[in-house]
Amino acid sequence: MSETKKITVATTWLDGCSGCHMSLLDIDERLIELAQRVDIVYSPLVDGKHLPETVDVGIIEGSVSNEEDLAKAQDFRRHCKFLISLGDCAVNGNVPAMRNLFQLDAVYDRAYSENVQHNPVRPDDGVPALLDVVKPVHAVVPVDLHVPGCPPSADTIWFVLSQLLDGCVPNPNEVTRFGA
Amino acid sequence: MIPTPATNVRVVTFKIDDRDFSAREDETIIQVAWENGIRIPSLCYLEGLSVWGACRLCVVEIVGSPRLVSSCSTRVAEGMEIRTDTEPLQAYRRMILELLFSERNHVCSVCVSNGHCELQNLAQQCGMDHVRIPYRNAAYQVDSSHDLFRVDHNRCVLCTRCVRVCDEIEGAHTWDSMGRGIHTQVITDLNRPWGESDSCTGCGKCVQVCPTGALVQQGTSVGEMHKDRQFLPYLSRMRDAQ
Amino acid sequence: MHIDELNELAEQIRTEQGSCQHCVRVCMAASCQSSGADDLMKRLEDAAPEGDQVQVKSVGCMGLCSAGPLVEVRSQGDDRPTMYQHVESQDAEEIMGSLGGSVIKRLECPTSIPFFQRQQKIVLENSGVIDPENIEDYIAADGYAALVTALTESNPTEVLHEVNLSGLRGRGGGGYPTGLKWSTVAKMPATQKYVICNADEGDPGAFMDRAVLESDPHRVLEGMALAAYAVGANRGYIYVRAEYPLAIERLKKSIRQATRKGLLGANICDTPFNFDIEVRLGAGAFVCGEETALMQSVEGERGQPRPRPPYPAELGLWGFPTLINNVETYANIAPIIRHGGDWFASLGTERSKGTKVFALAGRIHNTGLIEVPMGIPLREIVEEIGGGVPDGRRFKAVQTGGPSGGCLPEQQMDLPVDYDSLREVGSIMGSGGMIVMDETSSMVDVARYFMEFCMTESCGKCVPCRVGTYQMHDLLTKIAAGKGTSADLALLEELCEVVQMTSLCGLGQTAPNPVVSTLQYFRHEYENKLIRDEFTDSIHETEEMEAVS
Repeated sequence: MSETKKITVATTWLDGCSGCHMSLLDIDERLIELAQRVDIVYSPLVDGKHLPETVDVGIIEGSVSNEEDLAKAQDFRRHCKFLISLGDCAVNGNVPAMRNLFQLDAVYDRAYSENVQHNPVRPDDGVPALLDVVKPVHAVVPVDLHVPGCPPSADTIWFVLSQLLDGCVPNPNEVTRFGA
Repeated sequence: MIPTPATNVRVVTFKIDDRDFSAREDETIIQVAWENGIRIPSLCYLEGLSVWGACRLCVVEIVGSPRLVSSCSTRVAEGMEIRTDTEPLQAYRRMILELLFSERNHVCSVCVSNGHCELQNLAQQCGMDHVRIPYRNAAYQVDSSHDLFRVDHNRCVLCTRCVRVCDEIEGAHTWDSMGRGIHTQVITDLNRPWGESDSCTGCGKCVQVCPTGALVQQGTSVGEMHKDRQFLPYLSRMRDAQ
Repeated sequence: MHIDELNELAEQIRTEQGSCQHCVRVCMAASCQSSGADDLMKRLEDAAPEGDQVQVKSVGCMGLCSAGPLVEVRSQGDDRPTMYQHVESQDAEEIMGSLGGSVIKRLECPTSIPFFQRQQKIVLENSGVIDPENIEDYIAADGYAALVTALTESNPTEVLHEVNLSGLRGRGGGGYPTGLKWSTVAKMPATQKYVICNADEGDPGAFMDRAVLESDPHRVLEGMALAAYAVGANRGYIYVRAEYPLAIERLKKSIRQATRKGLLGANICDTPFNFDIEVRLGAGAFVCGEETALMQSVEGERGQPRPRPPYPAELGLWGFPTLINNVETYANIAPIIRHGGDWFASLGTERSKGTKVFALAGRIHNTGLIEVPMGIPLREIVEEIGGGVPDGRRFKAVQTGGPSGGCLPEQQMDLPVDYDSLREVGSIMGSGGMIVMDETSSMVDVARYFMEFCMTESCGKCVPCRVGTYQMHDLLTKIAAGKGTSADLALLEELCEVVQMTSLCGLGQTAPNPVVSTLQYFRHEYENKLIRDEFTDSIHETEEMEAVS
């Protein structure tokens, strides 16, 4: 164990394709260096089931599309000191937000009636209800850093994380953009 | 009488961002700046087309003047001190870009112009990494009726480069604007489908000058639409030579 | 025509008119017409006795629109005319019967009230007095004397000199010195120049220009002709909104009459000066009141502004030097030439000369049209001339300058009304609309109303105005509905600055003004409507704390 306290990191994915998390794993051997300096305390990639009371850095992938997403984003904001929107879905809604051009009812019908052969039924139990409008994360809670990209490349993610570990707030615009 | 010089266009000296420059007095600020590698952002300005002055990204400060001016429509003058990149200007440009992104549906990741889009590049260049303004989420039509080209109004920024190139260079005037305010839209002929246009010559100049993925070639997929604007300076040079 | 001939003609008309014992004037401007002046006029004419003892005359606006239809009776040997208010057509016979006898108390409109006494009329001097459809009436009131004198006795430079001397500033809202604008056009070397009258009055609650055009159209034509002579133009356009049918009809009639009398057209007064005027109708776009958009519209193009400079004085209609002034500006010209620039400069304040016409509207007792000297305190206009707020309610704010202006609260009421003072406190003179609001008005709703106006009237050319007004309207709607947060208010304020600073034309540059001025004076009304947000409020509170420390 190193004597300095490790930085704690939590990650989550909301409405997204998990590509940003895959891109994070794509930093390959740099994962080892990362693991030496941070503790991933909560993430789809690790076993922890509960978000600790205080986390240094929270990373959110995906847009806010349903009630569960909203609750998760708010939870992250309450418990994370520094919150990052990772990837276009979190930053600007991206593909999930393309349903905003339609009425919510039409979206439900398309998913649960029109394209279903047997017993078309709209679920009302066990799945979180969709929000009227898909929003980027910063539209529901304040976000400290935006890292656009679909997904942001492994190098981008490494640049952002390593800068943060070195105590600087990075400018992701130097290495990434919407749709990158 | 004061003696007059042999030509009737004078050369003036002025400062851009504290550097000294000289230029003909009939040149605009943006021309001189771009010639010298000072990239003032702009969307509607395109060399070879008439000046439109509508995107407002190229606004600059003139020392001693309370008003900002658009550098595409303002000529240089003797002793002028121009500032192109102050903090307020950067903030205004970011906000203008946010307004543009909030207006229509610019989903870069699934756009045929991804990676070759002026709007996308400007967002990066100006440091606009998220849009704080609520998105309008208004659905726009995609007109695929033309054999060669497609117009996706979701990605149009109303720079009217298409309108101007069609009118001023091709001479067809197929494109124009319709409606006002937030309901403004570019149209072909009298708002008929592009494929049914009687005036369109199919030259594709509009597609090449379009800064975004609004006007594209049929059959292109994400990121495949590269635009080539070489014809424009060539044509205007040849015209000037005549 | 020479000035002696004109004077002779005027004298002759005056003698003819002076022969009748009683003159009954009926206001036939749009406001009184809409409350039944048409019928009343007919009944009065029918009830009038045979012969030329009584003359029933259709005149322009008498000012106190809220008391219309208005009728004024002037009798020979009685220097105090009687005014009747809220006259209905069945009162016609009673009025005719009372001529030469006692005043009908039931209908009498007291003219001793400040509304009539405090005004000083230059632009409106003939309004409500002469028949706007009769050129002879205008000539009898010294009309066209300035034009004929100038053409036959002075050169263009002398006309320019008088206008410069007068200190007149543009009455359309900007307040640009008229003489300077004229001199610039006059100096331009060009074979062709144009003169345009901007009558595209579009501010909500403003009807000054309409009243002038309906009540005294020849005055505007004379002003334009003098301008054309001074700057060297030979063609004029009046761009008037199609929503003013009566003004259009009277303008067209006046142009025909003036042309027939040789006061417009070719070789006016047997001089080499030619001047034709054409009326062009606006199709209902507010932005066409902006001079470059207006010129586009006259040319038959889409009414959209272009960046200035170049200004119209250099590059105007069809690329030629063009002088554009507002109706009220032109209406001031003939008196200036007649009485001299010095006379005009003696009225008003140091930097705002002359008088200004205002349209009083909203929660005010005397709704209507007034003309007052520049520099008069706001309080005098609202409380004395306007008669204050009705129904025992309390005054809250007065909005000046329309969608480009601001709302001024009680503490600014002692402000002198002139271009510079209004600007200093966050409003503008504008074209002269004045809307009074009482305690029942929500200032957030007022700001939202004006923003909605600007949003629907934005031409859509430049990004800040096209999208910015939409987004500001959206935020104002959210706040007004009690759903906004402090973050929304902060974003709104930021948008205000960007739209003001970066918009292409005056519409966008001034669209945030109603928001900015209501935030300046009534910020608590916005804040009272905000809801708390767990996440953003803490950030703003911290920022405010930091700003304080």
